[in-house]
Amino acid sequence: MMAAAMRFVNRSTLRLGMGQQYLGFSSAPKEKTASVRAAHALPAKVKIVEVGPRDGLQNEKTVVPTEAKIHLINMLSESGLPVIEATSFVSPKWVPQMADQVEVMKGISKKPGVSYPVLAPNLKGFQAALNAGASEVAIFGAASELFSRKNINCSVEESLQRFDEVMKAAKEAAVPVRGYVSCVVGCPYEGQVAPKKVAHVAKRLYSMGCYEISLGDTIGVGTPGSMTKMLEAVSKEVPVSALAVHCHDTYGQALANILIALQMGISVVDSSVAGLGGCPYAQGASGNVATEDVVYMLHGLGIQTGVELSKLMDAGAFICRTLNRKTSSKVAQATCKL
Amino acid sequence: MGNVPTTVKHCLSYKQIIEDYPWLRSWLQEEKIISDHDYPEFVKIVEVGPRDGLQNEKEIVPTRVKIQLIDMLSTTGLSVIEATSFVSSKWVPQMADHTDVLQGIQRVPHVRYPVLTPNMKGFQDAVAAGATEVAVFGSASETFSRKNINCSIAESMLRFEEVIRTAKDRQIPVRGYVSCALGCPHERHVEPSKVAEVAKKLYEMGCYEISLGDTIGVGTPGSMFKMLQAVMKDVPVNALAVHCHDTYGQALPNILTALQMGVSVVDSAVAGLGGCPYAQGSSGNVSTEDVLYMLQGMGIETGVNLDRVIEAGDFICNALDRRSSSKVSQARSRTL
Repeated sequence: MMAAAMRFVNRSTLRLGMGQQYLGFSSAPKEKTASVRAAHALPAKVKIVEVGPRDGLQNEKTVVPTEAKIHLINMLSESGLPVIEATSFVSPKWVPQMADQVEVMKGISKKPGVSYPVLAPNLKGFQAALNAGASEVAIFGAASELFSRKNINCSVEESLQRFDEVMKAAKEAAVPVRGYVSCVVGCPYEGQVAPKKVAHVAKRLYSMGCYEISLGDTIGVGTPGSMTKMLEAVSKEVPVSALAVHCHDTYGQALANILIALQMGISVVDSSVAGLGGCPYAQGASGNVATEDVVYMLHGLGIQTGVELSKLMDAGAFICRTLNRKTSSKVAQATCKL
Repeated sequence: MGNVPTTVKHCLSYKQIIEDYPWLRSWLQEEKIISDHDYPEFVKIVEVGPRDGLQNEKEIVPTRVKIQLIDMLSTTGLSVIEATSFVSSKWVPQMADHTDVLQGIQRVPHVRYPVLTPNMKGFQDAVAAGATEVAVFGSASETFSRKNINCSIAESMLRFEEVIRTAKDRQIPVRGYVSCALGCPHERHVEPSKVAEVAKKLYEMGCYEISLGDTIGVGTPGSMFKMLQAVMKDVPVNALAVHCHDTYGQALPNILTALQMGVSVVDSAVAGLGGCPYAQGSSGNVSTEDVLYMLQGMGIETGVNLDRVIEAGDFICNALDRRSSSKVSQARSRTL
């Protein structure tokens, strides 16, 4: 009997050890436990991965001149962001907005201590990225078969094999690789996505050598309900310290989803200055969550980000003027009107 | 070490081990609860669009449009719809037609139609017009109280005491609001203990429910948690509601925090009607559609039909010639 009891204890300790900072088991009265749970140990620091210059601009209708992109990235570097996704080494035939990838990469002022990862969908893109001075790359998998086929013309398994080549080359060049998984809580074609499938793809990318896996709610349909289930499944396969969330705000759920992720021990959040990048599956609807709104929430929770909100808002104001569009950040909208 | 055959028996059969050691079941179930959060099974939505929403819109909406909006909302499953406000039309011209609205709507059984009554005169007018539930508005900030209703918090409580006493005599339930619960446009920071003090006073005077309002939307899950912790010391959580503004995009995470703390009543406005009067052009009330989407996704019952709320939202936005502030509504209307 003791052996069986010890097995249960070990399993719980393992879960705690995996970084899920749940407060202790409690048989305290319901009301007390409720407020205790809401005060879940949140991370003291959160790393923000700024995807505006890549994911954001890639999904904007207007194509932005190279100097403006460079200026945006430089302003973001000054705001204290530790990671800024600079551009994408995808063929300009598919993504014309990123055609100036080399000039952007060579033109930015790289701030010491800041990483500037770029997308590298295949070996060719990886080599071009390296030649242009990239020192970190990112690869994109999907948790939905249909999405994978429609988006990059191959199955999930085929895409992972393609990435294997990139991983090998990256290892040789000592270049860290970040892995993205799209459609983690919903797919525009398949609808619901099984948490197990997400866990499987995340685990593959992690085992292949990605140092971090960013879980993307590509069409923004996730809620704290689906987010919890998905993160529970993934964190069984990948340590929570290697996970990030990439939430879209298409249905207004992003910040609530990010809060749930934080409560489950995740401490890396992707976001886009001014909420750049609409949703390609719901024309005119919003896409990426705005970095300003994320930072506002994190600072309100006493979580450190290293980001100066006012400088971030300056960068947002600049790019919105350039794009001649209104910011999607509510913090930015509220602040400039008071 | 124990009895080897017994241990083997337990390894092979979970059912057997639970039969022999029943206390283990609750231990294992606690593990599930920790990862699941203990959310309320049902959340009551208090729809404030026709009052709080329209009161804060630039355009003044014709009476028949208000009536139609409320009638549409009455078919969505919402159980509480704040219909209008018996405030002097000198101060709030948008609500000048309060009597016509209250008398013009089709009251659906099991739906309540509370109205605002800032003082005895308003209360009497409301009752004369057929009101069966009223609401009073306190503030957790002295400066806000003086600037908004021209008196101190203590004076406003005296005013409300009269209303509540009279309402009690007539068996008319009274809901209490506390504004500036997470910040004030004038005083900035508001002490959680002050919010608790005002909430407690309203509750003890006889309000059946206290709605805690983040009037300028500056709250975050951090300040929401601290404020609720303080208030819950003095007011039972099942008598609390949250009224979050989305001016800084924080409404849904704030509501989520409140749910995690046991709050099960949420105020919201269809289409996110009602901008912020303190940040011109910025958003105000959180949209009912977005709140419903989140609650549905969490498996929390509300009794409300999201599609019908979206329809009501489309109707009022057409009438106001404005875009919906609800992201759910925007996404639904654009999905390919």
